Amino acid sequence: MAQRHMTTIVSLTLLALVLLAWEFLPPALDVPRFIIPTLSDCLAEFQRMWAFEGLWAHVLSTALYTALGFAIGSLLGAVLGYLLGMSAFWEKVLSPYILALQIAPKVAFAPLFIMWFGYNSMPKLLVTVLIVFFPVLVNVLQAMRTVDRDLINLARAYNLSRFGIFWKIEMPSTVPNLMAGLRIASTLAVIGVTVGELVGGNTGLGFLISYGGGQANAAMVFNAIILLTVIGFVLYSALVRIEERVLHYLPKAHG
Amino acid sequence: MALEFRSVTKRFPTNSGEELTAVKDVNFRVEEGEFVSAVGPSGCGKSTILSMTAGLYQPTEGQVLVSDEPVTGPNTHVGFMLQKDLLLPWRNIISNIEFGLESRGVGKEARRERAMKELKHCHLEGFDQQYPYQLSGGMRQRAALARTLAIDPEIILLDEPFSALDAQTKLLLQNSFAKTIAEAGKTTLLITHDLAEAVLMSDRILVLSERPGTVIADIKVDLPHRDEPIKRRTLPEVADYAAQLFKLLKLEEKAA
Repeated sequence: MAQRHMTTIVSLTLLALVLLAWEFLPPALDVPRFIIPTLSDCLAEFQRMWAFEGLWAHVLSTALYTALGFAIGSLLGAVLGYLLGMSAFWEKVLSPYILALQIAPKVAFAPLFIMWFGYNSMPKLLVTVLIVFFPVLVNVLQAMRTVDRDLINLARAYNLSRFGIFWKIEMPSTVPNLMAGLRIASTLAVIGVTVGELVGGNTGLGFLISYGGGQANAAMVFNAIILLTVIGFVLYSALVRIEERVLHYLPKAHG
Repeated sequence: MALEFRSVTKRFPTNSGEELTAVKDVNFRVEEGEFVSAVGPSGCGKSTILSMTAGLYQPTEGQVLVSDEPVTGPNTHVGFMLQKDLLLPWRNIISNIEFGLESRGVGKEARRERAMKELKHCHLEGFDQQYPYQLSGGMRQRAALARTLAIDPEIILLDEPFSALDAQTKLLLQNSFAKTIAEAGKTTLLITHDLAEAVLMSDRILVLSERPGTVIADIKVDLPHRDEPIKRRTLPEVADYAAQLFKLLKLEEKAA
């Protein structure tokens, strides 16, 4: 417990030091505020954005599409992962294409989606779905391949049906990997939405970044980045909470 | 009669295209309520015998009969246990014990009742709500035995269930298994490489040859206290039986 107190104190002290450096170092070094705005510049800009730029609506829009894209992408990834995991044949047939798509930079599809669907929310949603899809798919597929054969034999000896084996053995066995995939995917979801908003559209924090960049308003860009990080952090923390709940049966490394 | 192998041969295809004969012309019978062990060098097809009894795959030639019926697939007559306890880590102990009953149309309450009974049999009272990681290796194996007994099989197959345990736990567990199995009156086939274990726990010992495995000796263990290996251990004859097995296995090695 004392150890935990200590880490909190040191961690907060570090934060305070960074904030102080941020506030006082740039003016001391004569860095202009359109290059590096200070903490107080950013706070002032935050208030202005809140009052005049409809910041809250932008935040909500980005958060909504992050969550939506994450949900759809991970659902599709998990479902396909389980289906392929049950069929060695289709997994072999499809794996080179899955690999190719996984390697292709998903964000590069954004302009294409805009050409196809126009300047609306569809492109950013699709980029997010696409970017979230693969880590979940690959993690689930990997886990399905490594399910303990003896457990499956046990289930067979107990007369479980194919579906019973999936539902009672394979599915729970793969949950740890699924959760790991979801955690990776949650951080990628924010990237997907941001890229979608950067490339086209007039809402969301990604839009504010390109808008602020065009006006040489570095404080606006800073604020948008910070808020994007917060959205990603909230999603990630929620997943960690869920994971702790779901995987309570695993022995913990740190008492 | 509970279990019978009639001239059973099992060949597996290998990657090189040739066939591997795991067991060849295996013949033996296990009477009802008997405790029989199979010993042999590694790779003698002990696990193949077990898998065929469990119905996980069929013999290439010959027949495996459980309660005078040929085994054609996984069936309700057989319960098996391996070196790994195979408890599902995401289930607590009681629902692990219930696992085998779920596919047999046993109602929820009846399942719980039966599982609780077996929990008691295996001396795990009070651990029903614990998860496998919270139990010691010996307790986990007892839970696995409870799960096996819960389905009330006619035959229990044990595939080296004690080999991953330390010497003391092993002895205590052998004793508790022997007692539980004797009380339940179950026919048992134990696969083991531990000769002393075979002598301490069995009514009869089948000695298998190297691959392709076949039965080279069928030894009756004429000693008391089958339900208490710890007591049987103190008998001087135990060493003679072990020596006899040792000789049999060694001779075969030289001949091969």
